[in-house]
Amino acid sequence: MPPVRSETIPVRNSEDVLRVRQIVRNWAVAAKFSLVDQTKLVTAASEIARNTVIYGGGGELTLDALEDRGRHGVRLCFRDRGPGIDDVERALRDGYTTGGGLGLGLGGARRLVNDFAIESRTGAGTTVRLTRWKT
Amino acid sequence: MDQIPILKVEGCLLVSIQVDMHDQLAMALQEDLTCRIVESRARGVMIDISALEIVDSFIGRMLNNIAAMARVLDAATVVVGMRPAVAITLVELGLAMTGVHTALDVDRGLKLIRTLIAQGDVRTGARVATSPV
Repeated sequence: MPPVRSETIPVRNSEDVLRVRQIVRNWAVAAKFSLVDQTKLVTAASEIARNTVIYGGGGELTLDALEDRGRHGVRLCFRDRGPGIDDVERALRDGYTTGGGLGLGLGGARRLVNDFAIESRTGAGTTVRLTRWKT
Repeated sequence: MDQIPILKVEGCLLVSIQVDMHDQLAMALQEDLTCRIVESRARGVMIDISALEIVDSFIGRMLNNIAAMARVLDAATVVVGMRPAVAITLVELGLAMTGVHTALDVDRGLKLIRTLIAQGDVRTGARVATSPV
């Protein structure tokens, strides 16, 4: 689906993670999301942005404003050129972590959005796509 | 803002998080609070998160850690002021915050801390979340 509007921002450090939260919030507000929907999308974005910085060695986020028969949505695409994820299924499982966290980031983020897709190749980086529609 | 102020009120440490915290700031707060509990011999810690628009797994873990460290140092921790949208999101994220006591606002939080201290059960009622819930 072609986006109505797009923007790409860097995700390199923890300051950028804060900026991701602010910008995703602005886009969710622009898409007229409820406060709960805004909070879910921003929280999911925060989880994935942190992964991009910590595991991916930094990358970028492309935001897309979507519109489908009058319904508004926001799609987030996080890309990094880091080491990639060996076993995506395992990484999505709650409690699995290689970074000393709680292991809730990927699986938790998936539960907070409507569509979630992850592509990763060892040595070539990781792309995570999240879409949430206005409910 | 590079540091989150910690106030001491009636034997309790009070922290009101008014900024969106990046991860290092959250880690610093965890360390500062732990040191202050020992220095001030506080028996209670209250953390006001009413200004926080999101609590993700990192911040949630920090709150759990603070409560666990405080417990080891014989102090009770109560997190107050969580926004409804944050609570809904946290549960869906999978972080049930089983390690910390919570109260709706500062008044109720203070009462809860006093009760916990009076009962001498700073160590019970909450457990450290070492695995996902």
